[in-house]
Amino acid sequence: MLAYIDKIKEISDRLLQEKKVDLIIGFRKGTLPMMNEPCFVRSSADVKNLVWDSNCGINLANYLTNRKEKIGVIAKGCDSRNIVTHIIENKISRDQLVIIGVPCKGMIDRRKVYAAAGQEVTEVVEQSDAIVIQFAGGEKTVKKTDVLQDNCAICIHRNPVISDEMVAEPVEEQKGVDRYEDVRRVEAMSPAEKWNYFEELLAPCIRCYACRNACPLCYCPTCFVDESKPQWVGKTLDPIDTRTFHFLRAYHCAGRCTDCGSCVRACPMGIDVRAFTKKLEKDALELFGWEAGMSLDVRPTLDTFKPDDPNTFIK
Amino acid sequence: MKVIKIDKKHWAGGIEKSRSAYRLFGPVMVENKDFSEFKELDAGEMPDMKATDTRTSPKSICFPPEEVMLEYSTDEACDDCNLMKVPEKNYSPRAAIGIRPYDAAAYLVVKKNFDTPEYRDPYWCDAYEACTFIGLAVNHPSRLDFSTSTNSGPFDESGLDVLLVDMGDHYFAKVITEKGDAYLKAAGWEKSAGKDAEQQIKDLKTQAEKAIQSTVSFDRIKEKSIMDLHGAEFWNDIAFSCINCGTCTYVCPTCWCFDIQDETRGKTGVRIKAWDSCMYPLFTIHTTGHNPRETKVQRVRQRFMHKLKYYMDKYQEGIMCVGCGRCIRSCPVNIDIRRVCQVMNG
Ligand code: SF4
Ligand code: SF4
Ligand code: SF4
Ligand code: SF4
Ligand code: SF4
Repeated sequence: MLAYIDKIKEISDRLLQEKKVDLIIGFRKGTLPMMNEPCFVRSSADVKNLVWDSNCGINLANYLTNRKEKIGVIAKGCDSRNIVTHIIENKISRDQLVIIGVPCKGMIDRRKVYAAAGQEVTEVVEQSDAIVIQFAGGEKTVKKTDVLQDNCAICIHRNPVISDEMVAEPVEEQKGVDRYEDVRRVEAMSPAEKWNYFEELLAPCIRCYACRNACPLCYCPTCFVDESKPQWVGKTLDPIDTRTFHFLRAYHCAGRCTDCGSCVRACPMGIDVRAFTKKLEKDALELFGWEAGMSLDVRPTLDTFKPDDPNTFIK
Repeated sequence: MKVIKIDKKHWAGGIEKSRSAYRLFGPVMVENKDFSEFKELDAGEMPDMKATDTRTSPKSICFPPEEVMLEYSTDEACDDCNLMKVPEKNYSPRAAIGIRPYDAAAYLVVKKNFDTPEYRDPYWCDAYEACTFIGLAVNHPSRLDFSTSTNSGPFDESGLDVLLVDMGDHYFAKVITEKGDAYLKAAGWEKSAGKDAEQQIKDLKTQAEKAIQSTVSFDRIKEKSIMDLHGAEFWNDIAFSCINCGTCTYVCPTCWCFDIQDETRGKTGVRIKAWDSCMYPLFTIHTTGHNPRETKVQRVRQRFMHKLKYYMDKYQEGIMCVGCGRCIRSCPVNIDIRRVCQVMNG
């Protein structure tokens, strides 16, 4: 994946020079180990700032919402599915975009690397399948597969589903992945156990909304938690309000979530908010055979209905 | 200046003893997480003196994420129907054990806002006056600590009543104020540390300050005009990646903004003070629906202009940042105040 960057720069440079796009949206090197920052590049001279490695986990579809320019956007498998969703939901139009597809091998979960180091990390060097973690007075090498983001470890759509240019040949998709082991574990719990599980999950939440704001699906001009006339949800850390936020947000992502992991990555309190969205993703798949963002030509499962629907509520 | 020696064998006993006179707050690891938080300690719970910076800052000791300011009832059967009352509050002495020196210095920043000649926020001020700050010097500063650039530092005493210095099998406790002295007495730690303790502390201080790798400069920001900085081109670039999540302001020890909310249930209700953030659109929206800070760029600019320019111009005491590094660590997209400061100072 490290080799992609030369190709990314070459394509970006060409698109800018040929004025096919007004800007490229990609990543630049961050100031901390394992942090790259989403950025835009408007001129050839700045293309050199672009980087690509396994620390590009932020979903760039989030940066396309309602933009007016012509944009070259770098897209991993999950980003591409959110781009499809964005196009279907009229948040950007297809002809505004040149999608630079990146076959992905998964993004690093920096928290796992910190845990493996057990101390402050000074630098992280990525090799093809290994990660060298450097700290004061030593270093440690771990397998990249051991420190992948949870969602990347079970990803079955690593290759972009839509693209105009690819930076490399497609990678092999992971086979035989059990995507819902954790969801089934929760489903098997008694109501009381479920209650406790979700209460504990949400206990550290500070209602900063980083999870929501990192998510490309959460583009409402005013989120229901921010409505003030009338105000639907309280502003404090009252568990009722915190729950309401999380439950409702999850439902708003039903049939749309691509399991890109941006929400989890963004949470400052290390909360696995995918615990909510994955259940809905599983339901969408099992009940409707639906996976979000796979095609521009199929209406999403929750904005269609069939006259012969087996349920009576629709009639 | 008095220095007390606390043998670590006597640490737990002293903490326990002090509980009869103080409510204790300290850093504690969060269950199943890899970070700590500053909280009121339960009976028998010890402050974790090995914990690194708490994820959110200890500003919550006096400025909790939410606090009931007033309560009321509209039930005509009640004597005080339709009257707003301050609920029962507990301002008995409290102590913040193991607070970082720069986090305590942040209290002096926040105080400028909550305790002014014209206005006094009684909730914050009463809590602050009840609090004794027992700081723990940072012998090994993190890579994100730039507190020496911000008028503070790993051994800064300005916001503290006592400075504890970890000496291995014992602490030195440098008494800075009478309040601090009173706490140490309540804990039963009274053994003088001997003559060379001050020198040893000084040496460690020098060492710790030297170990700091991260710095910022803002000398030129001072000379620039507000309008020039406000209108600068670079904000688009700085703000691009920001998702306006507010995390940076929530974790910050110096961010002081709050919202006022009324919550009612039947005939009773409360008026609450709850953390707010200039990163949120709701922060500035008017009742008309007009929002003077409608765009992300405007909001990001506000955060940095407030911290690095408006505050500096208004109080003439440096920037509104103690250099703890929390916002850098927690920002999901790596917006780094050191970098922004450098750009503004450029
Ligand atoms: S809910 Fe989370 S995993 Fe799903 S699309 Fe949004 S950010 Fe990605
Ligand atoms: S990002 Fe984390 S702490 Fe913030 S609102 Fe979401 S779950 Fe809560
Ligand atoms: S934490 Fe980062 S992304 Fe979130 S509001 Fe602050 S600067 Fe923006
Ligand atoms: S602005 Fe950032 S570094 Fe400065 S005090 Fe606040 S959280 Fe710490
Ligand atoms: S930076 Fe923003 S949230 Fe923090 S004190 Fe200033 S205006 Fe308030």
